[in-house]
Amino acid sequence: MQLLFYSFFKSLVGKDVVVELKNDLSICGTLHSVDQYLNIKLTDISVTDPEKYPHMLSVKNCFIRGSVVRYVQLPADEVDTQLLQDAARKEAMQQKQ
Amino acid sequence: MNYVPGTASLIDDIDKKHLVLLRDGRTLIGYLRSIDQFANLVFHQTVERIHVGKKFGDIPRGIFIVRGENVVLLGEIDVEKPCDAVLQQVSIEEILEEQRLQQQAKQETEKVKIAALKDRGLSIPKADNLDEY
Repeated sequence: MQLLFYSFFKSLVGKDVVVELKNDLSICGTLHSVDQYLNIKLTDISVTDPEKYPHMLSVKNCFIRGSVVRYVQLPADEVDTQLLQDAARKEAMQQKQ
Repeated sequence: MNYVPGTASLIDDIDKKHLVLLRDGRTLIGYLRSIDQFANLVFHQTVERIHVGKKFGDIPRGIFIVRGENVVLLGEIDVEKPCDAVLQQVSIEEILEEQRLQQQAKQETEKVKIAALKDRGLSIPKADNLDEY
């Protein structure tokens, strides 16, 4: 089972991220937890972009189903891209065999 | 979604008031009573909230079982955070009327768009999915 990105996100728990959903809604928040399906739980959320989505006003924490995520935006200094690339390459080799 | 610490589990959200956004664009608010590994949800004292502009209306729906694949987002409602400042609650009839008008306006613009494209010899085929969120 491909768990590389699950492990990657686990290492980012506690950091501030912006999750962009497939319906173009962007949510900024602190990464609370993630699971094998890359479902994401965010705390202290705020809807970035114009608040065309008023229903989120009373929501502080949310669970986002992994299947509806388009992007997860991370600050560059939180990610070691070289390490990630090497790990991804290794996992790809393993999966091929 | 399991008992392993650090995993995104909904166990702690049980019996709390939640808002769920569905793939067909609906918003349901209710008490989360049950979950499973597919994010299937059981909602109690559910209310369907319809938003049009700054107005909203609530339709009581009772008990809902939501199939996980239709869930976009599940948010815990913070009872302290007021939403009345910006939003205005209206009656069910009024919000349904507003929604009907909104749908009509959307269909009009769609028609105009399709006509414009047709003039240029283009056509966008209708997407297979029923997502409207």
